[in-house]
Amino acid sequence: MTNSWTDIKNTDLVIVMGGNAAEAHPCGFKWVTEAKHHRGAKLIVVDPRFTRTASVSDYYAPIRPGTDIAFLMGLIRYMIENDRVQWEYVKAFTNASFLVKEEFGWSDGLFTGYDEEKRDYDKSSWDYQIGPDGYMLTDPTLQHPRCVWNLLKAHVDVYTPEMVERITGTPQDRFLKIAEMIGECSSPTKTMTSMYALGWTQHSKGAQNIRGMAMLQLILGNIGVPGGGMNALRGHSNIQGLTDLGLMSNLIPGYLNIPTEKEPDWATYMKSRAFKPLLPGQTSYWQNYPKFMVSFMKSMWGEAAQKDNDWAYHYLPKLDVPAYDMLRMFELMDQGRVNLYFCQGFNPLLALANRNKNTSALSKLKMLVVMDPLETETARFWENHGAYNDVDTASIQTEVIQLPTSCFAEDEGALVNSGRWLQWHWKASDMPGQAKYDTWIMAQIFLRVRELYRKEGGAFPDPILNLTWDYADEHEPSPDELAREMNGRALADVYDLADKTKLLTAAGRQVKSFAELRDDGTTASGCWIYSGSYNEDGNNMARRDNSDPSGMGVYSNWTWSWPLNRRTLYNRASADLQGQPWDPSRPIIAWNGERWEGNDIPDISPTAKPGEVMPFIMNQEGVSRLFSRGMMRDGPFPTHMEPFESPVQNVFNDRMRGNPVARVFASDVEKMGTSDEFPFVATSYRLTEHFHYWTKHNKVNATLQPEFFVEISEQLAAEKGIERGGRVRVWSKRGEVWAKALVTKRIKPMICDGKTVHVVGIPLHWGFVGAAKKGWGPNSLTPFVGDANIETPEFKAFLVNIEPAVGEAVS
Amino acid sequence: MTIAPNMDSPRTATANPPTHPVPPNLGQAHVVRSSAGGPVAENPQPLTEVAKLIDVSKCIGCKACQSACIEWNDTQPEVGVNVGVYENPHDLTPEMFTLMRFTEYDNPDTGDFEWLIRKDGCMHCAEPGCLKACPAPGAIVQYSNGIVDFIHENCIGCGYCVSGCPFNIPRISQKTHVAQKCTLCSDRVAVGQGPACAKACPTHAITFGTKEDMTALAAERVEDLKSRGYDNAGLYDPAGVGGTHVMYVLHHNDKPQIYDGLPEDPKISDVVRNWKGPAKPVGIAAVGLAAIGAAAMALFHRGNSVSQEDEAEARELVQEELRGAPVERPHDKGSA
Repeated sequence: MTNSWTDIKNTDLVIVMGGNAAEAHPCGFKWVTEAKHHRGAKLIVVDPRFTRTASVSDYYAPIRPGTDIAFLMGLIRYMIENDRVQWEYVKAFTNASFLVKEEFGWSDGLFTGYDEEKRDYDKSSWDYQIGPDGYMLTDPTLQHPRCVWNLLKAHVDVYTPEMVERITGTPQDRFLKIAEMIGECSSPTKTMTSMYALGWTQHSKGAQNIRGMAMLQLILGNIGVPGGGMNALRGHSNIQGLTDLGLMSNLIPGYLNIPTEKEPDWATYMKSRAFKPLLPGQTSYWQNYPKFMVSFMKSMWGEAAQKDNDWAYHYLPKLDVPAYDMLRMFELMDQGRVNLYFCQGFNPLLALANRNKNTSALSKLKMLVVMDPLETETARFWENHGAYNDVDTASIQTEVIQLPTSCFAEDEGALVNSGRWLQWHWKASDMPGQAKYDTWIMAQIFLRVRELYRKEGGAFPDPILNLTWDYADEHEPSPDELAREMNGRALADVYDLADKTKLLTAAGRQVKSFAELRDDGTTASGCWIYSGSYNEDGNNMARRDNSDPSGMGVYSNWTWSWPLNRRTLYNRASADLQGQPWDPSRPIIAWNGERWEGNDIPDISPTAKPGEVMPFIMNQEGVSRLFSRGMMRDGPFPTHMEPFESPVQNVFNDRMRGNPVARVFASDVEKMGTSDEFPFVATSYRLTEHFHYWTKHNKVNATLQPEFFVEISEQLAAEKGIERGGRVRVWSKRGEVWAKALVTKRIKPMICDGKTVHVVGIPLHWGFVGAAKKGWGPNSLTPFVGDANIETPEFKAFLVNIEPAVGEAVS
Repeated sequence: MTIAPNMDSPRTATANPPTHPVPPNLGQAHVVRSSAGGPVAENPQPLTEVAKLIDVSKCIGCKACQSACIEWNDTQPEVGVNVGVYENPHDLTPEMFTLMRFTEYDNPDTGDFEWLIRKDGCMHCAEPGCLKACPAPGAIVQYSNGIVDFIHENCIGCGYCVSGCPFNIPRISQKTHVAQKCTLCSDRVAVGQGPACAKACPTHAITFGTKEDMTALAAERVEDLKSRGYDNAGLYDPAGVGGTHVMYVLHHNDKPQIYDGLPEDPKISDVVRNWKGPAKPVGIAAVGLAAIGAAAMALFHRGNSVSQEDEAEARELVQEELRGAPVERPHDKGSA
């Protein structure tokens, strides 16, 4: 989230698209009802199904799964055509005026530079024109034909309301009504918030869906302002913490990068991270990258990381591929190239695309270790459960070790919510049976591995032997110690960079914030963005003061928010070029003539003059990007792409299947279905009664939603002879499931490109262990392909067939 | 909403939940009505009239209320099956005192589709039909704050309360042979805590407080709904039962029946209302027979001494009554 849950109460319009907040985030959704009740806010829902969120909406429109980009580009076109643009914001705070290279263009659904062989773009033309002084060429009047604004205008021109309806199936009148409601938020005193979740990410072009809305929000002037923003609703209570801490194969804590093979040494690695400002006088905050990186290396390896050994850069692994994402790991596993797999708090048998492939892959491991507080299907993948898990147990040689861990109520620590709040919690109960803390388990493994290296040596023992491990009890690092480590501390006295006589923090003390981190080895910090969470003031995450003097839902003294306890990112953009709030009735920060002040921590240097330094300091440009240069693999603007499995062809290019640059493994291509065999569009989702595959263990949750079902329209039911509550078989090119049929008016057939499209809704939550009835997850059916940029599997749009079934599945 | 210095009941209307310990109440000293001549307090201590307000327009149907109800009351509803609807369990049961009921509604006036979700359960009527119908002394009581409570040690499991209820709420346990329904968490309210469902409700669709405050809050909500085009939005607090201590904010208050059969004008049957004298239970039993037939018969587990003759006599009387005004039953329609 750019903003916070509590800030949603400040909005005038909520759009839930690419998510189902009431259903999947019911507690956070209270802030929507708050905005509706006390601000008169309106709620729009765009979704293939009339969801529980739609049930309390002011306006709803259906959309065919996987066509959000067309809808969003249609909205941008409407805003431009009808002058629903917050001009002052767009001109000053976005790259609308920047000139783009002459060679850049778009035709037949593709941008310039496409190489069909490589399934990749040569992105060299997707960039700005740079002047002789090394800065951007711009045209502040927005007249130049090569300026971003005019290119955007041309790019979205094709997305007329007619075209939107043709692609998305959303009736034009519904689309136009929504466009009109959204258009009102181009006023500086009216704000829209976007709430989205996996309905946007789980597509082969998920990142572009989100960009589409972010661009719309910039055009409306809604980023950085109270009640606005791009608000990703995170699906687990600590999934934000997971990404913050870099639990991805290509990340280091705090969104730093694991080096690649092309960056064999420190100098090369740092060269591409210089982040020189692209406009004069702008702040490019990532210029501090070396401070965060060196502090991380010091945190990891202490004395072994020194300037003369490039901070032990050679200890870091170097990626030979962009990332070892889940899809790649299971592909490698399926090829028999993975021996041991640690599965910590994850149930991939049901959570990863194409279950049959998952089973096959897990069966090829030598050993699988599952760390989880609950019994998972993954830990039991080898066990035959009849139709629910029809495996030949005797043929599976994988050794499975289950290590029971604590659950959230049995341990202490911080959970990071969607709004980036690190909320400390305390243990409420002891762990049952033989369960152990994850940290204890990891410590035991580490200590034993280190011992082996000590005794036996090995190919490269140094990173293991020299790892900092100075916890009071080496067998059990405490949450308190780990939190302090992430915050970071001074290894030597830290002085003010502007005044070298001014001592900021003495050696051995916790740094106040990342502003005190240094690139000379005098500071250590495990995760720079968490710096400030646990300083000499104490554990700020444990704060529980819920006062809100401004009444704006800021709650500055409730726990702690990264970065720097800032509650709204880019909040400098909430004020105009003179530094005064766009909406005087909703001020968060303002320029008082000398400094930025207000209810929130300013997202800019407190003394940066409003007309000079632009708000988007994490970008080299200092402004936000309507045109994202070569930063995304599939285009600098979002362009409509069909899902890999689609009932219709791409209207721009009938040769194009899915995202033209998404990675598809050879073995998965043949497992892609077509609409002649699989005529119906399926989409997956959560239900309020359950949380993923956890709560089916709980009898109360199981009572409230006991049995796997699929949802279909009355029309499809009639066409197929399916009765309400009857049993159906649903199958795709990859597998099949049996379910109860929930026949509903909430799903209606749509007409897309002249063709009737039926949607089959497939909730998750059922498996073969737990208190609920045995069932299946959608992943028995879903394709093994992910987003082109971040590899999130395409769970939200794929093809299936359906027929009535008789009898009960045998187990 | 102000908090009175001497509060005698919790207020959860503005925040979930400000728990204020209060001296425990809702004992015999607060009983203002008791079934079949059961004991009432001579000078009942007056308590502030309370109400639970269910704002249907804020309800997302998440079933947190059902979950909280199961947990607090420690009931054991079964893990059932899916029969093609969102209601689980499929009806109120002796183990499930509240239930989200989902209605798919094509609004003929707007042409729009609506998914109406209503939390069903005891309405805690000011004039409770169950209490009037109950033949067991002291099995059903009403406290001075309006809560209608079943006192299980006095309950004989006869099922008359079922027939007396215009909302079809009580359910008779086949295991314990007593009637069960929502208590409005009288055990929580008595010590200053709001009902479990209100505490659990994530969107504040369920609020609890004084009836006065809840009525005022409802007016605010109705105004908001009218501004959104729901011209017939209103507060459901039906006069036919003297008003209720569970009230709904409905977007379509002119058509409560579209919310899965919420009665338009609920009343206590005249048989129940007017029956006097020693044959009262019999007559009411016959209402039950007329209305739910064998189901009520099956409930006679505790050896009620209702003779065949009495029943026959009552049946005749009831037939007479029914000829005049058919007994309305809200949940007779088949679809869920």
